[in-house]
Amino acid sequence: MDLTLKVWRQADRKSKGNFETYQIKDISPDSSFLEMLDELNEQLIREGIEPVAFDHDCREGICGMCSLFINGRAHGPGHETTTCQLHMRKFKDGDTIVIEPWRAGAFPVIKDLVVDRGAFDKILQAGGFISVNTGNAQDANAIPIKKFQSDEAMDAAACIGCGACVATCKNSSAMLFVASKVSHLALLPQGKVEAVRRAKAMVAKMDELGFGSCTNTGACEVECPKGITLTHIARLNREFLSANLKP
Amino acid sequence: MKLDGKIPAGTIAEKWSNYKASQNLVNPANKRKFDVIVVGTGLGGASAAASLAELGFKVKIFCYQDTPRRAHSIAAQGGINAAKNYQNDGDSIYRLFYDTVKGGDYRSREANVYRLAEVSNQIIDQCVAQGVPFARDYGGYLANRSFGGALVSRTFYARGQTGQQLLLGAYGALNRQIAAGNVTLYTRTEMMDLVMVDGHARGIVTRSLLDGKLDTHFGHAVVLATGGYGNVYFLSTNAMGSNISAAWRAHQKGALFANPAFVQIHPTCIPVHGTAQSKLTLMSESLRNDGRIWVPKNKEDAEKIRAGKLKPVDIPEENRDYYLERRYPAFGNLVPRDVASRAAKERCDAGYGVGTGKAVYLDFQDAIKRLGKDVIEARYGNLFQMYEKIVDHNPYETPMMIYPAIHYTMGGLWVDYELQTTIPGLFAIGEVNFSDHGANRLGASALMQGLADGYFVLPFTIQNYLADQLSLKRMDPAEHPEFKTALEQTRSRIDKLFKIKGTRSVDSIHKELGHIMWDHVGMARTKENLEAGIEKIAKLRDEFWQNVHIPGRDDTINLELEKANRLADFLELGELMARDALHREESCGGHFREEYKTEEGEALRNDKDFMYVAAWGYKGAGKAPELNKEPLSFEYIEVKTRNYK
Repeated sequence: MDLTLKVWRQADRKSKGNFETYQIKDISPDSSFLEMLDELNEQLIREGIEPVAFDHDCREGICGMCSLFINGRAHGPGHETTTCQLHMRKFKDGDTIVIEPWRAGAFPVIKDLVVDRGAFDKILQAGGFISVNTGNAQDANAIPIKKFQSDEAMDAAACIGCGACVATCKNSSAMLFVASKVSHLALLPQGKVEAVRRAKAMVAKMDELGFGSCTNTGACEVECPKGITLTHIARLNREFLSANLKP
Repeated sequence: MKLDGKIPAGTIAEKWSNYKASQNLVNPANKRKFDVIVVGTGLGGASAAASLAELGFKVKIFCYQDTPRRAHSIAAQGGINAAKNYQNDGDSIYRLFYDTVKGGDYRSREANVYRLAEVSNQIIDQCVAQGVPFARDYGGYLANRSFGGALVSRTFYARGQTGQQLLLGAYGALNRQIAAGNVTLYTRTEMMDLVMVDGHARGIVTRSLLDGKLDTHFGHAVVLATGGYGNVYFLSTNAMGSNISAAWRAHQKGALFANPAFVQIHPTCIPVHGTAQSKLTLMSESLRNDGRIWVPKNKEDAEKIRAGKLKPVDIPEENRDYYLERRYPAFGNLVPRDVASRAAKERCDAGYGVGTGKAVYLDFQDAIKRLGKDVIEARYGNLFQMYEKIVDHNPYETPMMIYPAIHYTMGGLWVDYELQTTIPGLFAIGEVNFSDHGANRLGASALMQGLADGYFVLPFTIQNYLADQLSLKRMDPAEHPEFKTALEQTRSRIDKLFKIKGTRSVDSIHKELGHIMWDHVGMARTKENLEAGIEKIAKLRDEFWQNVHIPGRDDTINLELEKANRLADFLELGELMARDALHREESCGGHFREEYKTEEGEALRNDKDFMYVAAWGYKGAGKAPELNKEPLSFEYIEVKTRNYK
């Protein structure tokens, strides 16, 4: 496959970025999208051009590090797919592909396609955990948990923290990300104890870090590579509401 | 060097209790006077850092990713073993210990493995308390499944994402301690060197991957939790950034490196598609419960399939060779990983491979006929979907193609019972140490070891060291000469790399190293082949230092520089692996020497001459390393030949 790539290049946080156009030839349709970028970088190095910086690590769709906006969609075409799981056979010979970083105020661009998602860590540090010290636990089977409840908690816990939800939201809201953690823990008896405090603290931190409001457009749900649904946002809203009603 | 494993006194079941009862502890008020450095945020690093901080120690933790949650433990699929015996199927701490030692082909340290089995139950308790959503049955109790090498059902799991859920649990505990101010987190930061003061590990040199800034950090002790070295083969199931550099720098400063040749090659991975391939994806071992592995019985059929003239479904039953069922009737498709991998290679080398010639079929047709598509979908739906995304074939209709790939490394830094390396004050936990899996690791045991070390072993054993360091005042790394020297050495190493200005990209050299390693230090090794490999690696290392090209600058994100730094160390490690494989004149676990096999082609151990841990000392790049031996003895297990026929 021969392709035209329009890639966002930006030297650092402060510089103004712009699109550069590159031609690339003989890409195998069996290559992954990131392998195509590897080949582009090999080509750029040969031509004496600085290679394109992009984030990636596990390349099997679970670490959440890859984060590209491809032809106007977070993680590109394809349903429930991360960028690293996207393969070139989804494109046609001769296509032009536009590649951008996540765009959100709370995720500043560091260089080229690399953004700073440290805000997600800060939200989780505000309360996205159960406060139990090592060694305090009782026997794992001491509290039976309903299967459907545990399964639903797992649905929410599948979040990989990639930030596609924020990147795709017109308000750059982090509600789906926050909701997945709040919902995962609130569904389990172990997490119920701190549920109110957790929801309050995480939402406050999210607001403080400059993420936008949720207007329930549902774009996040469409682009989430792990299929996390808006139901969890509803649960977060319930937890948050009850948090504000209780003293 | 005389290696002291520091095995505590008592019967095997009493050793850990005896150790804890008699070890030195640091009193609560003094704990905050100690700084501990943890490198790596996977299961081992995150759990250790959180647990140490809960105890009151001041912890600094480092990862090269943008957040701790991306460490490669996240990618583990299958599950985590524990001796809970919730299924009432006769499991016990002894049985888990026994299976692990046997699975490791009697090349691990008995006392360490017993302790691992002993704390396994606490891990499950701890993870449930943290909110890990393990699979449950309708009564609300925890579910289990079976894995290779065991006769009981002891594997706990969270769908196909067990590693992810366990890591998020440990990451939550870590976040809590970060918020409490007990842990300082450094992301996108790579350890470049170990700082030694008066023979003890006292700190590290780091490089910011964002702006190239070099820094030094002091710790009363340093813990490496940096994972395995599978990426020495370029293609592996490891993450792209997984590397050996932190451990290798420790090795260069005196930490012995044990059993580097013990590498696990996983039989069921998606085959290589072409030269642009950057990594390999695992298909869970659980697929072998229902899938049947085969290749065509006739070479002509295999050739036609490779040429695209025949499809697998066109091959009638009588012309298929279910070679695992043929060779190992007792275990069939569920033989251990090392055995299954070698058998696939044997068929492909003999000309019966499909696809590119380096693939065999994993076929679900019989299972679908027997159980129905719905049952197979419920069991393996997510894996089938993943396969289809990558290969674009529907495994419900045509068999999967699979081939072995590098997956896990059993070798690593030598540690004693306290998980301390041969450098005082330097500890190694998780995959980066060598201690628990011998020559072959069983499925679902890597997660167990990472969390055992981090939650329940290191937080105790490190205190036995720290208790003696109370009089050591915190050092100022900006002023201390040893720290300054180490920083300068790192600076000159980076300058040296930039100055080469050659013509080859880092990846082109890395891929070449990968081919050498796969061909010479892969699944079937011989004396001649290993010797030739050592020469090739040495040549390639010279080529690297003379002809690598690193574009760009040092004061910004520079992926090529990161990769070059890591590759430089792989080029030394690769040679050590070949030397270790050459010296070990026997076949055991993942280490198979063609010269040492039975008449039927099975691995032939030599317990008389090789029942020891080979711990290598560094003597300089390209110089013959020094061999130290830690003899292994098995008092609580009868040593037998593994037999899966």
